[in-house]
Amino acid sequence: MSPLSPAELSALLLSLKVSGVAVIASLPLGLVVALWLARGRGPLVGAVNALVHLPLILPPVVTGYFLLLTFGRKGPVGAVLDQAFGLVFAFRWTGAALAAAIMGFPLMVRAMRLAIEAVDPRLEAAAATLGASRIAVFARVTLPLILPGVIAGAILAFAKAMGEFGATITFVSNIPGQTRTLPAAIYTALQVPGEEPLAARLAVISVAVALAALFASEFVSRRIAARIRGGV
Amino acid sequence: MLQVALAQDFGGFSLDIAFEAPAGVTALFGASGAGKTTVVNAVAGLTRPDRGRVISEGTVLLDTEARIFTPPNRRRIGYVFQEARLFPHLDVRANLLFGARYAPRGATGPEFARVVEMLGIGPLLARRPASLSGGEKARVAIGRALLSKPRFLLMDEPLAALDAPRRAEILPFLERLRDTGLPVLHISHSVAEVARLADTIICLEAGRLRAAGPAATILADPGLADLFGAAEAGAVIGARIVGAEEDGLIRAETAAGPLWLTEAPNTPGTAVRLRVHASDVILSRARPAGLSALNILSGTVERIEEDAQGRAWVRLGLGQGEALLARITRRSVAALGLAPGVACHAVLKSVALAREDLGPGR
Repeated sequence: MSPLSPAELSALLLSLKVSGVAVIASLPLGLVVALWLARGRGPLVGAVNALVHLPLILPPVVTGYFLLLTFGRKGPVGAVLDQAFGLVFAFRWTGAALAAAIMGFPLMVRAMRLAIEAVDPRLEAAAATLGASRIAVFARVTLPLILPGVIAGAILAFAKAMGEFGATITFVSNIPGQTRTLPAAIYTALQVPGEEPLAARLAVISVAVALAALFASEFVSRRIAARIRGGV
Repeated sequence: MLQVALAQDFGGFSLDIAFEAPAGVTALFGASGAGKTTVVNAVAGLTRPDRGRVISEGTVLLDTEARIFTPPNRRRIGYVFQEARLFPHLDVRANLLFGARYAPRGATGPEFARVVEMLGIGPLLARRPASLSGGEKARVAIGRALLSKPRFLLMDEPLAALDAPRRAEILPFLERLRDTGLPVLHISHSVAEVARLADTIICLEAGRLRAAGPAATILADPGLADLFGAAEAGAVIGARIVGAEEDGLIRAETAAGPLWLTEAPNTPGTAVRLRVHASDVILSRARPAGLSALNILSGTVERIEEDAQGRAWVRLGLGQGEALLARITRRSVAALGLAPGVACHAVLKSVALAREDLGPGR
């Protein structure tokens, strides 16, 4: 017998799927934006930096509302995506993933940007004099050196996505099996008299997942950092 | 052959220089802040000068007028940086091989095994840069640049960050580099290093070219003594080892007669380069006798330059284009009646071996 009820299992798996997809899908864009913020010049850099950080300071409900306006069935972006690719966000798990990705994006970009800024550009110059093109320099020097930061950023964004509630419930509501992630399930359980034990069990699951993610990120980052420093 | 012409304005400092570096080792000499690193960075393509042209073995790498700028990765100019700049996430072997895959097919240069052997880095191959000493890092950096099979090698004071024993450890490897036939532009502010390594010397001062020419000519130039410093200025002369004598002294033959050395390879026929500090030379009109100094060469005064401190720098020609530089006082110049064309004897208080293995015929 599974220790988790079907409803609990459904919320957990949905949360993992939504958060995993959110992180994996936003990682390449996050890396590009972080590179640009770290190395770019010009007034546009400041504007993009502010835009990226917006979800961090806005009330999540407001972010969810903006998402609904833009990515809803009738929204300017949502309508185009629906017609062109049949991709619908509103009231689907994909919408939950989008909300999670946007809420986690500032944390991901910030961690990666700090890692990129810590890379010694003189090493990249040395690689260029050895014949490596810009892409080769990135793949063989920059990326290995920033890998701990990239992983840290991904884990942070994952943890943020696992806990995302306000923007998600505003944007895609709270549909069992579709958009009822762990936080939404906890909230729902608390609304029903007598369901407090379920809320408590879900809360424990949330804490366990968050801690596991934290330890995994510490472990991987240490391993990679040690390899880069040449400690082994 | 590397042809360089560069101009760049940095506000407080401006660089405007043109020179040619022929085959062999060319030293770019100058005090700190003279613009040496700026020059090599522009040659490597790491910076873009306001105006300039860089031509390596006939290939135009930079021509601001023609709007040609070859990016550094396609210049095939090796660069050994002052701070090694090894990749911390790669072991020594991977560092060495980093650039090998980008060398074009048919590019010539020493192979991996030869470089590892020449630089003595075989035992380090599996180590990480973080665990290497400064001297080991410098050797790996040199090997890494060589294995990218460049057509020209830039060295930005790879020895400057090292203490004297480490420097002594690397110098022989730099000398062996000469054997590979790769042209080298070597930045240095050390006269001893330049005297030991360079075939050609380019003197840079405050962003301008002060002098350029063969090492022997530049080092014996009385007008450049201030650039090299009163303590370090001195000429280099060529000699050929004849062999050890009964008392252990080694006889060497120069253009102006024999010299006896205390420390030299006892291999008859070896061509060596000797360094004679200008302050170790005493001039005498008459052939001196009753002196403890063994080494006396005779020549003709060719040029005298006086400096602001009351010193006179004398270039004494020894024949066959060889010359000594002597530092004496202005009073002595007057007392001895020294002037260009006057025959003179030079008493050498000390003669140091600057370099062995010059190869025959040099």
